Amino acid sequence: MPHKTFFWFFFPSGLAMLLFIGLPIISSFFQSLHIEPEQILMEVEKCDPFGCKTETKVDIEATTKLQEEQPLGRFNGLGTYGDRNHLAFEEIKEAWSNSSSIGEFTDILLNLPFYKALLFTLTFCFAVTPPVVILGFIVALSINTITKSLKGPTIFGVILPMIVTPLIGSLVLFWMIDAKGILGATIQYLFDDPNLSLKSSSQLTWITLIIYGIWHNTPFAFVVFYAALQTVPQDPIEAAIIDGASRYDRVRHIVIPHLYPVATFIILICLMDNFRVLEPIIGFAAEGVAQSLSWMIYNDLRSENKMLFGSAGATSMLTIIGVAFLLTPVLIRTWREFRTER
Amino acid sequence: MKKLLIALLFSFVSTGAYADGHSPCGVTDGSIKILANEFTTYRIFMDEVKSCAGDGADFSVTHSVDHNKLQVAALSANPAEFSAKLVTNGSITTLMNDNLIRPLDDLVAKYGSALQDNQKIVIDGKIYAIAFMANAQHLWYRESILNDLGIAVPSTYEEVIAAAEKIKASGKMANPYAGAFKSGWNLGQEFVNMYLGHGGDFFKAGTAEVSVNNDKGVAALNMLKRLTEVSNPDFLTQDTNAVKEEWESGNVALMHVWNSGAASLLDDEGDQMIKADTRLANSPTVGGGSKPATTLWWDGFGIATNTSDANAEASFRALLGAATSTEMANANPNATIWLIDGYTPGDTAGPVVDAANRGATPYPSLPYMALLHGALSTELVEFLQGNESAEKALADVEAAYVAKATEQGFL
Repeated sequence: MPHKTFFWFFFPSGLAMLLFIGLPIISSFFQSLHIEPEQILMEVEKCDPFGCKTETKVDIEATTKLQEEQPLGRFNGLGTYGDRNHLAFEEIKEAWSNSSSIGEFTDILLNLPFYKALLFTLTFCFAVTPPVVILGFIVALSINTITKSLKGPTIFGVILPMIVTPLIGSLVLFWMIDAKGILGATIQYLFDDPNLSLKSSSQLTWITLIIYGIWHNTPFAFVVFYAALQTVPQDPIEAAIIDGASRYDRVRHIVIPHLYPVATFIILICLMDNFRVLEPIIGFAAEGVAQSLSWMIYNDLRSENKMLFGSAGATSMLTIIGVAFLLTPVLIRTWREFRTER
Repeated sequence: MKKLLIALLFSFVSTGAYADGHSPCGVTDGSIKILANEFTTYRIFMDEVKSCAGDGADFSVTHSVDHNKLQVAALSANPAEFSAKLVTNGSITTLMNDNLIRPLDDLVAKYGSALQDNQKIVIDGKIYAIAFMANAQHLWYRESILNDLGIAVPSTYEEVIAAAEKIKASGKMANPYAGAFKSGWNLGQEFVNMYLGHGGDFFKAGTAEVSVNNDKGVAALNMLKRLTEVSNPDFLTQDTNAVKEEWESGNVALMHVWNSGAASLLDDEGDQMIKADTRLANSPTVGGGSKPATTLWWDGFGIATNTSDANAEASFRALLGAATSTEMANANPNATIWLIDGYTPGDTAGPVVDAANRGATPYPSLPYMALLHGALSTELVEFLQGNESAEKALADVEAAYVAKATEQGFL
């Protein structure tokens, strides 16, 4: 494709990406460098059904004036990035000099909100992605072999978890794993422990969330693998059959190498998706024990006080950096393959 | 097809014609959009508001348990998403901080002759909200179960735990106690109750500097921990509505929830055996204190700053109609304690009146209280799960609060 044609072909989507992805990122970055202007407090008399008393209140006029002078808020540089709710440099330094063992240091580190959220997010990413790829591949292979008349309904059934909105899907499962729900009661029966509850401990909640993640993401891997399976060349397979290769050998030596680039693509998308995990945490009411980076942003923007734009902006930036780190190895690999193919 | 189109058009026209109806509160036009919490008493109140608004105005109400989290974003927009918000002494400060609700003096002077003085929430000489009910959390118990086991109605939390352990030991119930311990606002509120019951202060007097990491805080946390041990193991996922469901399913014999819960717990739906056995008791004291470990709340309404004067007036008149409706109050005497003139309290009002008489503290209306409540909401979970000491949990609360309050400009 000549460069000029390519430019005009790419221009509309490039423009849309710049407007709807690029600019918001830049805006979030600027917001993350600022904090709210100082709140000016005053003592006033307050009367309610329980009586009158003197209480503190925000001096609206003075504070509004300050806000008008600095609509973005006070410039705080990278201060928000370093505070306790984000990278917590001070706290880490202190923990490093005060803790006697690596174990104690890790405990303190993982008690800080950002690192706690990072640990869950990464655990979720790396626990969900491999099973999704493997399961998706197996399901695609099996469905590829069943008779044509059954294919349609089976495919529909398999992609159902992806069709269900994550929030609804997780809410449905939340009630099913309740101690009185069908899954919860069955598990209690199987383990013969009437007090076993999937919602009560951190570990079990994490496992539940991960299983939900696998259930929800597998259809995506399946769809992509299934499409790719249709492009596997038949000639080498027929040749292999004539040579007496077993089904396993054919899959191992012909199908898998052919699907390799597709698997890279699926891993890429899955890692990116799972790094942003949010809905299952809300659906399973797991905020107490499992927080992700996206949940931190959500919480900052839905806190009961003024929205913490600076804090949310900082977490967003850190999430973007996190995604970049996560994807680098896969991207480098893809780039190398691209180069060698040329 | 053409006929269908005509029929459709016609039906639109005819609904338009019907819309020109009668409003008992004199609301003729305007848009009334209300954001409110979700529980039965508010539904009763909103039905009255709706009938008061009549057909003349564009009326809608959004009930959400997340109302506190939605309010700032929804009312900051100009024009605001909602013309009115049901507020409490907890949520009004957040709206006041950002100037999101307007003074109501003019409207009160024009229409508010039926209001009682204690319904007017006056801040710095101006009326910012109209209260219509008072509420508090207190103890509820199942009479037959306590009687069977010869347990006296507990008046302290120590007795609550002893009673719960006795019920557990008898094999009648596995988890006899329930409280709204859902991580988030509910859990924060449980700590607020318990800490005030121990006589604690959240802030150094007159400043936004937090001080909860002290003996009283530790004692309050340890008491919460002991209560969760006699509760359903899923306590971290149960909010007030979930606790009420547990009660109505007969799984719980003692609980500490809102007085307004009577509206759904004592109605004609659900298991009538449990209803007949449900009793209300005063809120217990804790740690030898004299004040009950609960907070007093008023519920009322405020009108958005960022809405047109016409919408504000329509919303005010409709809400005022309900907030002065003696008939509604007396038709639902047990739904809550109405602050409305001419209301005769029902037999469920006792525990709230008792809490007020024994000096229970109203929930603190401080501009930075919501930030502390937010920090409590998330940082106490690990302690309740047994992964952290009480001192560490409280230190985390303070640190989380300081980081947020600094970003907000309070420190």
